[in-house]
Amino acid sequence: MQPTDLVDAQSLRDDIPVFRAGDTVKVHVRVVEGGRERVQVFQGIVIAKRGSGPRASFTVRKVSFDVGVERTFPLHAPSIKQIEVVSRGDVRRAKLYYLRDRVGKAARVKELR
Amino acid sequence: MATKAIIGKKLGMTQLWDDDGRVVPVTVLRVDRCRVVQMKTIDTDGYSALQVTWGHTDPDRLISPLRGHFEAHGVEPGTALVELRLDDVSEFSVGQEIGVDVLADGELVDVTAVSKGKGFTGVMKRHGFSGQGASHGAHKIHRQPGAVGQCATPSRIFKGRKMPGRHGGRKTTTLNLQVVRSDVERDLLLLKGSVPGPRGARVVIRNAVKASALKV
Repeated sequence: MQPTDLVDAQSLRDDIPVFRAGDTVKVHVRVVEGGRERVQVFQGIVIAKRGSGPRASFTVRKVSFDVGVERTFPLHAPSIKQIEVVSRGDVRRAKLYYLRDRVGKAARVKELR
Repeated sequence: MATKAIIGKKLGMTQLWDDDGRVVPVTVLRVDRCRVVQMKTIDTDGYSALQVTWGHTDPDRLISPLRGHFEAHGVEPGTALVELRLDDVSEFSVGQEIGVDVLADGELVDVTAVSKGKGFTGVMKRHGFSGQGASHGAHKIHRQPGAVGQCATPSRIFKGRKMPGRHGGRKTTTLNLQVVRSDVERDLLLLKGSVPGPRGARVVIRNAVKASALKV
């Protein structure tokens, strides 16, 4: 146990679902535009989860209009309203960076059954 | 000079989220029952300061003059004795415990501690020299200081020339750190940014002496 754990405990969220690399998730992000707040949904495949404690983050990749888009979110960020797991992926590694080099059908992840 | 000061121990760094959802890097300090042992006043000592101690030490392990000193003032023996120079000590009394509640959230403080020792270092790390080229014919002189003086006149190197040597391990003060939270329940002090010294270092926290110079 680290001496700073007590401080960290307050900034950790307990409403995060269990997910891992390969899973398809919907991330509901709070966006503040000109004083108004709305929720934006970013859906894609989790290609990496890294770090621990309050510094943990995850990267979601999707292909939008033939352009690959990746967003890295801090796992415990208050700007995330909700993380929804859409489907579980069947993958053999923790970091799916190889998806970046693939297009079309080859860039899919097998669904876990 | 400062008007209030406490002694803490550096526990480490972490991060928090502020109200706007931004990350705030914080250093966590613990204040372990910092208590006044003796008052130094201008009348008796020529300067004003608080002699404080913190933590706990078994009285049987102290040398007898120290044990007598603690007994004479009726204070539980602590880890060490340190003087905190203050403008005015009349608000304090012997035996009084100074907690983290003397510092409010948002207040600016100065933090003094002994910085991490770096050992014998070169001029790039020690003085921020630029070093020399990686290529263009540079041969084994990539991190060297370059020329350090002139020729026959003065045929010596001027004093104060920045050279390699021992770096770190010196008393260092960081000015104007913001108190993010002073946790009275757990005796923790969270400061925004970094503080000199390794984890476990003894740090002196005083209210900022140059805060008025900052544009707020």
